[in-house]
Amino acid sequence: MVRLSIAYLRDRPFTTLLNIILLGLATATLIILVTVSTQLGTRIEKDARGIDLVVGAKGSPLQLILSSIYQVDAPTGNIPAGTVDLLRRNPSVAQVIPLALGDNFRGFRIVGTEPAYLDLYGATLASGKMNMKEGEALIGADVARVTGATLGQQFVGSHGLGSGEGAGQHEHDPMTTVGILKPTGTVVDRLIIVSVPTVWHMHGIEHDHDAEHKDGEAHSHEEGHDHAEEAKPDLNDLATGGERTEMQADVTALLVKYRNAMGAVSVPSLINAQAGMQAAVPAIETTRLLSFLGVGLDAIEMLGWLIAFTGGLAIFVALLNALDAREKDLALLRVMGATKGSIFGTILVEGLLTAALGAILGVLLGHGVIAAAAATSPRLQELGLNAFAFHPAELAIIGAVLGIGILAALIPAIRLFRVDLTQILARAA
Amino acid sequence: MDAPAPTVTAVANLHYAIGGRTIIGDLSFAQKAGEHLLLLGASGVGKTSLINLLTGLATPDKGSVSICGEDMASLPGAGRDDLRRRTTGIIFQTLRLISALSVRDNLRLAQLLATGSVDDSKINGLIDAVGITHRADARPRQLSQGEAQRAAIARALVGKPRLIVADEPTSALDDHNAEIVAKLLLDRAEEEGATLLIATHDQRLKAYLPNSMTLQKAA
Ligand SMILES: Nc1ncnc2c1ncn2[C@@H]1O[C@H](COP(=O)(O)OP(=O)(O)O)[C@@H](O)[C@H]1O
Ligand SMILES: [Mg+2]
Repeated sequence: MVRLSIAYLRDRPFTTLLNIILLGLATATLIILVTVSTQLGTRIEKDARGIDLVVGAKGSPLQLILSSIYQVDAPTGNIPAGTVDLLRRNPSVAQVIPLALGDNFRGFRIVGTEPAYLDLYGATLASGKMNMKEGEALIGADVARVTGATLGQQFVGSHGLGSGEGAGQHEHDPMTTVGILKPTGTVVDRLIIVSVPTVWHMHGIEHDHDAEHKDGEAHSHEEGHDHAEEAKPDLNDLATGGERTEMQADVTALLVKYRNAMGAVSVPSLINAQAGMQAAVPAIETTRLLSFLGVGLDAIEMLGWLIAFTGGLAIFVALLNALDAREKDLALLRVMGATKGSIFGTILVEGLLTAALGAILGVLLGHGVIAAAAATSPRLQELGLNAFAFHPAELAIIGAVLGIGILAALIPAIRLFRVDLTQILARAA
Repeated sequence: MDAPAPTVTAVANLHYAIGGRTIIGDLSFAQKAGEHLLLLGASGVGKTSLINLLTGLATPDKGSVSICGEDMASLPGAGRDDLRRRTTGIIFQTLRLISALSVRDNLRLAQLLATGSVDDSKINGLIDAVGITHRADARPRQLSQGEAQRAAIARALVGKPRLIVADEPTSALDDHNAEIVAKLLLDRAEEEGATLLIATHDQRLKAYLPNSMTLQKAA
């Protein structure tokens, strides 16, 4: 009897295909939604764990959080390195991790920091040495995988935080890969970790020139979409670099952990009192970010269910139409010995089968789209989007889609259940 | 000595009217196993109505219809369905092959419904016997009228019925195909141990079935 349902589905391939596609699209939309929102949520939460406060240059607090914790946006600017000591002297502060940004190697950000940064994310070595002497670099698991970099390999960083064409290479000593980190499922996987002085050295800070080089404004432009603007900072450097004689050792941001609850009261006000500096609380900013996202995600979710509902309606209409044409076939089945129940069953199976094929298509499509998106968009890769992680909610989505298929078939099946099929045949014989 | 052949169909004092118009008035006949019967009659005389009564698709107003010793008319709906399924293979005037299924799958489905299981060697045997081996995987609408008729005959036989009723099996066929189908029906019925009842206005069939009865228009 299932073969009969399949035969009927194959007998009207276009309608069947359309219905499968509709339900497939709905399933895919919902699966993409669940996957992206949960993976994003987990990632956002994981990367910010153990960071109570981020200190950086004035600007958008969200931008500061995105650039320093998630390494996705441009930094707001730089702050004097002296701020590190200022905070470390504060009794309410347990830990201060400096970050110095400004360069990339083939699109992977080079982060000047301290070993505590690696501890924060539980990063351990896959091979090599956990060394961060000047000119030495530890590379994240994804960096190693994508660039194919091996231990001892030398590389030269490029200006800017992305791999845009406008970014020029430093004419300084190359860095040497001394360690490759194990995958952590955090932002570290996509970073090249060096010491803060290594970053300074790249920018010639110790050689008493070109301090302006690390100007935050420049980086803001470089991270933007407009590649034409990326040339500007370099021109700017050439024009103004010589005039800046004062030696300036800057950092981009500080990741702060409080020792006690007093920190939350005293540290932000201390920072906000400093000229050109701000303190941003990751928890607040990420909540804000997620609530913005949430509105969009809700809309997408509604769209997904709307498509699913349309798919259900399409199955309903298709079955209703088909049953008119098929009444005599089904009457014949009754005459040949099929019970009312089994006829009822074939129709339900037809709805269920369509929905099941739709669900399978949707799962493949959903994960396929995520995989394709992750493969083509470095930004999504940075967010650590994994197409092959299955979320339990997907089962609920599949269940709901199957339910829609059965429900859509139920009404036509009941309608047929109520007519005396054998009379149809007698009348038309 | 052989045991006396069992009665396959027994129709007694049958009355049937549609919308107050008498279609069949006081009809009686009986068939013992192996007694094939040709039921002749002009169009509109009530042959198809009689087949509906014999197969339990219609209920007589008076009289009885018994198939293999069970009274069709007195059974409830489900009982009729079951009696029909166990005893009778029907060849409809319009054949009613399921167009979404291949010839073979039509047979398989019919066998599954009649017997609860599928016996492919039996099905292949029947397909060979009616001479449509090369068309077994075709859809019904791809068949010629003669081929479709043969497919319907094969389908009527898959459940090993004791009675085969055929409604105008040759009316749409030329002489050559009519002969093939008539001989096939007789051969297969003999082979499978089924008793034939053929209702038709096709006088050509008298040449193949000596035992005939002419239905008259009810007064
Ligand atoms: N459902 C019906 N409603 C009204 N009249 C019918 C119906 N079925 C058959 N008839 C009439 O009953 C008569 C016998 O029909 P039928 O049994 O199909 O004859 P035959 O098969 O011998 O050609 C015809 O006059 C036909 O018009
Ligand atoms: Mg007729």
